[in-house]
Amino acid sequence: MDSEINIDLSQFHDVFFEECSEGMEIMESGLLNLTKDSGSEVINTIFRAAHSIKGGGGTFGFFEISDFTHGMETILDEMRNAKLSVTPEVVELLLAALDCLRDMVQCSKDKQPIDQESVSELHQRLEDFISNSAAPATPAAAEKSSPVSEVNEQDAVTIWNIAFYPNENMFYTGNDPFRLIRELHGLGDLEVTVNHERLPAFSNMDAQSCYLGWDMVLRGNVSKGQITEIFEWVEDDCELEITRQDEVIEAAIESRETRAIDESKVGRRRTDKMATSGQELASIRVGINKVDGLVNLVGELVITQSILSRLCNDLGMDNNEKLSECLDQLERNTRDLQEQTMGIRMLPIDFAFQRLPRIVHDLSLSLGKKVELKFSGETTELDKTVLEKIGDPLMHLVRNALDHGIEAPDVRVAAGKNEKGLISINAYHRGGNIIIEISDDGAGLNLEKILNKAREKDLVDKNEELNEAQVSNLIFSPGFSTAAVVSDVSGRGVGMDVVRRNMTDLGGTVEVVSKPGKGSLFTIRLPLTVAILEGQMISVGDQVFIIPLLSIVESLQINANQIKAVANESELYPYRDEYISVIRLRELFNIPAEKKDESSPGMLVVIDLGGRRIGLYVDDVIGQQQVVIKSLEQNYQQVPGIAGATVLGDGAVALILDVLGLAQYSRL
Amino acid sequence: MASILLVDDSASMREMVSFTLKGAGHDVSEAEDGVEALEFAKKTAVDLVVTDVNMPNMDGITLTAELRKLDSYKFNPILILTTETGSVRKEQGKVAGATGWIEKPFDPDHLLGTINRVL
Repeated sequence: MDSEINIDLSQFHDVFFEECSEGMEIMESGLLNLTKDSGSEVINTIFRAAHSIKGGGGTFGFFEISDFTHGMETILDEMRNAKLSVTPEVVELLLAALDCLRDMVQCSKDKQPIDQESVSELHQRLEDFISNSAAPATPAAAEKSSPVSEVNEQDAVTIWNIAFYPNENMFYTGNDPFRLIRELHGLGDLEVTVNHERLPAFSNMDAQSCYLGWDMVLRGNVSKGQITEIFEWVEDDCELEITRQDEVIEAAIESRETRAIDESKVGRRRTDKMATSGQELASIRVGINKVDGLVNLVGELVITQSILSRLCNDLGMDNNEKLSECLDQLERNTRDLQEQTMGIRMLPIDFAFQRLPRIVHDLSLSLGKKVELKFSGETTELDKTVLEKIGDPLMHLVRNALDHGIEAPDVRVAAGKNEKGLISINAYHRGGNIIIEISDDGAGLNLEKILNKAREKDLVDKNEELNEAQVSNLIFSPGFSTAAVVSDVSGRGVGMDVVRRNMTDLGGTVEVVSKPGKGSLFTIRLPLTVAILEGQMISVGDQVFIIPLLSIVESLQINANQIKAVANESELYPYRDEYISVIRLRELFNIPAEKKDESSPGMLVVIDLGGRRIGLYVDDVIGQQQVVIKSLEQNYQQVPGIAGATVLGDGAVALILDVLGLAQYSRL
Repeated sequence: MASILLVDDSASMREMVSFTLKGAGHDVSEAEDGVEALEFAKKTAVDLVVTDVNMPNMDGITLTAELRKLDSYKFNPILILTTETGSVRKEQGKVAGATGWIEKPFDPDHLLGTINRVL
């Protein structure tokens, strides 16, 4: 046939693994929705996903994956054909198998050995299930007979007589006797005799039917398998006789009218209808490092552009109309380019939601609670990096809502509620941020218990008066856990403070409001991207710092002498009806004091740390600007209280403050 | 050099098959399911259709039957990619008008060898 081509299949592995993940997500959500009454399309969808994984596994050399998936597929096939009914048991089994499959895929991806024990255990359970269900199992994956390999061992030339008489309708399956003969011709020396006995009178002839038959003699080192393979697709559509001529007699065919076949005459000219327009691809897959490289470059470009604009202003060239026109154009293009580039990294948030139904399913089973999980705004888009980091916090919040929020069914009924609890997750965009709300209709937070606990753990002073919001948000304090018994479910007291920490790392916030008996609402606010920040520029001496705009409540002009020192050396400012701690940035960063009157006004930037407020005392508030975040860790090292750095329009470097880090650093 | 329409819902399979076919000099168009493929076929005729069986929206067997109803696809070769070794699928495929089948899993060599039989 053809010369061997060498294609390295490993280049398709990444796509395959990605597809496996997608397929497994589809299977999981399908299985979770699968009941006796769900339509056949649900099963079909699950089946197809399993089928694709099996097919890809076999093709790309992951035979363990394809074997294992075959078992799952067999069960799904039985259900699809209604030979097996959908029961909670079979769904649980398939879910367990899915977990196992997920591990196998992960191991294959990491090039780690697969945990044979759990695989063979589940494989066995699947097999048992199949053999126990009444219907016979379909035969295991193809023992593919490969006729090509049965090449005649001896180097001897064999002579085959082949009689090939196609049915009249052969053309209708796209098969063509000429092509088959051409293939035979490729195997060895071929002599072809046409038999046109069946050819009707011209007036009765249908041009689309096949009337001819062929008697052929094939000489060569050819096995019968090679010949039958060529006729594999038409064996039911023709009369075919293949017999071996044992004696090598040259004259056997002399009596017949023979004609050597000429390939060029047989091979009908194909009309060269090259599809001029190859179908446009709906999407392409690109490595994330390429995208990140692009995002970085665009970031640099934005900075250069703003330096350029500024230079032009400073050098008084802005009255050159042409030049300013060009610069305006450049600014618009840069901004569009930046937006588009950031758009590449945007993904719909439901990627982060996918794991949740399973968790709720498993957890509500083990807790004996009944819960419905509802999503809205799944298509809301956000940056991939942000998306990857909110998965765990989301999971934690949902677990928490299920464990602590939703009550047991009997308690709910006694309280006049539906015995089935509701956890809903809603995502939407608001002003450059994404808001994610996780609400439950459970018991709400027990404020008294929280306050007592906080006092017990010295998180709050004995005499300190706190309002409801402040008490609620105590649950985000490090080391706080209300669970009397540490359960596996909500973690080990490393829960909510880690959630908050994660959100702050992403430049966002999380807070909670709750109504006793009605439920709780957790609200997460995140910037759409981590590469760009809406920043408030502030100055201390000759230094400029950036504070994330999202964390600022307000900025007010105050006199330094309005800040009161208290006994334990911290300073307080009477802000509205509370006292808030104040950090003086000048002192914190050791910026030399200018000769400035103590009573001259400065600015107090009030920061929200999620329910708790602190003030940053600075010289001045300059303006707001979108800044491109440069990682300090990559370029220098991690510095407490600093989230990163950026380059300003005039080329100066400004540090971006990590407000929560600052507060912790100052022990506030 | 032939124009080939490749229909498979699995991106990795599409990528592999398409890479192989393009490597052999063919012009490959891709579709994710039968509906998309049929849409394409109504506008453009190709020399060969290679289609998966199990796909959302429209499966490969239905696609084959639909293609055979089009004048421009009456006699064109249509090959079905199938994992099922059982003859049921193949029989269904034949009835719908498929030219032949390629059993999964296959390697690039086998694929090229097989499609050359119908080009």
